[in-house]
Amino acid sequence: MTETVVRQNRIARNADRVGMAAMIVASVCLVALGAHWVSGPMVSVVVLVLLLVLGGVLGLAVTGGPEARRLLAPYGLLKPGMLWLALFFLAPVWSLLRISLSTKESRFSVQYNFSWAFQNYATAFRDFGKQFEHAFVYAAIATVLTILIGYPLAYVIAFRGGKYKNILLGLVVIPFFTSYLIRTIAWSTILADRGFVVRAMNAVGIGNVFEWLHIMDNGKLLNTPAAVIGGLTYNFLPFMLLPIYVSLEKIDTNLVNAAGDLYSSASRAFRKVVFPLSIPGVFAGTLLTFIPAAGDFVNAQFLGNPNTTMIGNSIQDQFLKQNNYPVASAMAAVLMVSIATLVLLYTRIFGTEDLA
Amino acid sequence: MMRKRTKYGKYALNVFAGLGLVYLFAPIFFIVAFSFNKPKGNFNIAWQSFTFDNWLHPFAEQSLTRALWKSLEIAAISTLISTILGSLIAVALSRYKFRGSEGINLFLVLPLTTPEIVLGSSLATLFLGQNFIDFGMTTIIIAHIMFQVSFVALTVRARIRGFDWTLEQAAQDLGATPLRTFMKVTFPLILPGILAASLLAFALSIDDFIITFFNSGPVQTFPLQIYGASRVRIPPQINVLASMILFFSVAILMTGTIAGMRKSAEKQATAKKFTLLHRK
Repeated sequence: MTETVVRQNRIARNADRVGMAAMIVASVCLVALGAHWVSGPMVSVVVLVLLLVLGGVLGLAVTGGPEARRLLAPYGLLKPGMLWLALFFLAPVWSLLRISLSTKESRFSVQYNFSWAFQNYATAFRDFGKQFEHAFVYAAIATVLTILIGYPLAYVIAFRGGKYKNILLGLVVIPFFTSYLIRTIAWSTILADRGFVVRAMNAVGIGNVFEWLHIMDNGKLLNTPAAVIGGLTYNFLPFMLLPIYVSLEKIDTNLVNAAGDLYSSASRAFRKVVFPLSIPGVFAGTLLTFIPAAGDFVNAQFLGNPNTTMIGNSIQDQFLKQNNYPVASAMAAVLMVSIATLVLLYTRIFGTEDLA
Repeated sequence: MMRKRTKYGKYALNVFAGLGLVYLFAPIFFIVAFSFNKPKGNFNIAWQSFTFDNWLHPFAEQSLTRALWKSLEIAAISTLISTILGSLIAVALSRYKFRGSEGINLFLVLPLTTPEIVLGSSLATLFLGQNFIDFGMTTIIIAHIMFQVSFVALTVRARIRGFDWTLEQAAQDLGATPLRTFMKVTFPLILPGILAASLLAFALSIDDFIITFFNSGPVQTFPLQIYGASRVRIPPQINVLASMILFFSVAILMTGTIAGMRKSAEKQATAKKFTLLHRK
């Protein structure tokens, strides 16, 4: 009798371990089920394990007393969201990787068989190398441009906004309350060949300058690489501006004044005090801009031409139009892995502790 | 000499910021202006003549209106569920110290550092290989909740970072049941953070195109309808509805800001009264 009580107490005291283990086991079960990792009778086994684990934790919470309940509480709160992410984020990534190594039965079939088909990756690199290059180069240029435009704007709002700070910040965000697609279509109309921007440029005679800078191409602004980069820059600007603003806003202006009192020039104070303190904002902004920009296909579609397509366009085309899931998945997997690698390298070099 | 240069530098920076704002608003002016255009043909892209017609008949394009309602419906359902799931995660992360919380933090950021096209296509591969759910409303809602949860969890966590959890203890010491403590103390205090996060989630859902594009099946949301129509025709109603959404969001933003300002003014007034009372 006492032995069982002692054992129960031990389980209750280690309820947090039980809770965490249950969450991990349940997640693994969901990933296995969602990604078709298991088949046949194993499915029922996995479902049974899942139910047993969840039921077991519930039982422990009911019978384990207040101590166990307190230890289990955080896992109970986490579980619904985490299991959702396991089933609809982790399992899909797993199934994407599986399909990227599968072969289709025939060109028009939607059936595919897992067979370690690495040739999908070879095809992805061979046929879509140019698109990968465009995606990374355009996204990188757009990211640099968002820093060049967003930093001064954030600086002026943070340090010179005074009581209009919130209004100015609102003004910056308002344009992005219109739909992403409509904004991009609006740009395509503004930059159109017979639109007033192109006409004005040619009338003033700066068309040649832009031609020389490779921004214009044979008198066209629309359907050029520059237009695609411009669209990316515009659409992702707030993701750069807002984190920079947040980090600038936190800076104690006394520090800047102190630098001035110590005979530092304004530009030196900026270089030595303000800019270093704003680096976390630039860091977060770079990730938030570069990642979506590299995977985007809307800007290239509306503002580019067939020679400026990015990897997003190719994935979309192969997946939804050609039904070529294996190669499309291979491209998506390469995109995902290369971005993860870049993020890791970037964090190592500029490392800050909190990303979000 | 030196002072003069910095002064010019100051002006130059302000002018640059002003130009930045003009750049941000360029397409917006265009969208709103062209909602008053009377286009010739199917494409509302060349200015013809001024008219109020489009604003008098904003819902004349039935497929567009239907798509907008669909989007609102999807956003409402997905926001409700993701707000609950995300807020629970945020409360767990800021209320308790527990084993594995760092791993959870890292895991939450993962969906945000994955390009949308990868999220969308991978989720589609999950739905492709099963017979339980058809592509449609359900898959779109599942997809939206998936990317909203992280946003909600991180936003709510950031907003309740400084929350004083000993208040709960105080309520329970005064004899409140756990449920009553939550309803009367905890929930009202974390509610502003949850509301802010749910507004963000709603906006993300309404405007999502890439992930929805992969998981929509036959269902047309507002962005999908615009995308599909953009090759054939761009009716001025697109501009009208977009302007409406814009004005509506600005109104919400402004009431939020004004309410916030009034509240802090009230707080200051009460604080003042309080100190005055105690001085006597």
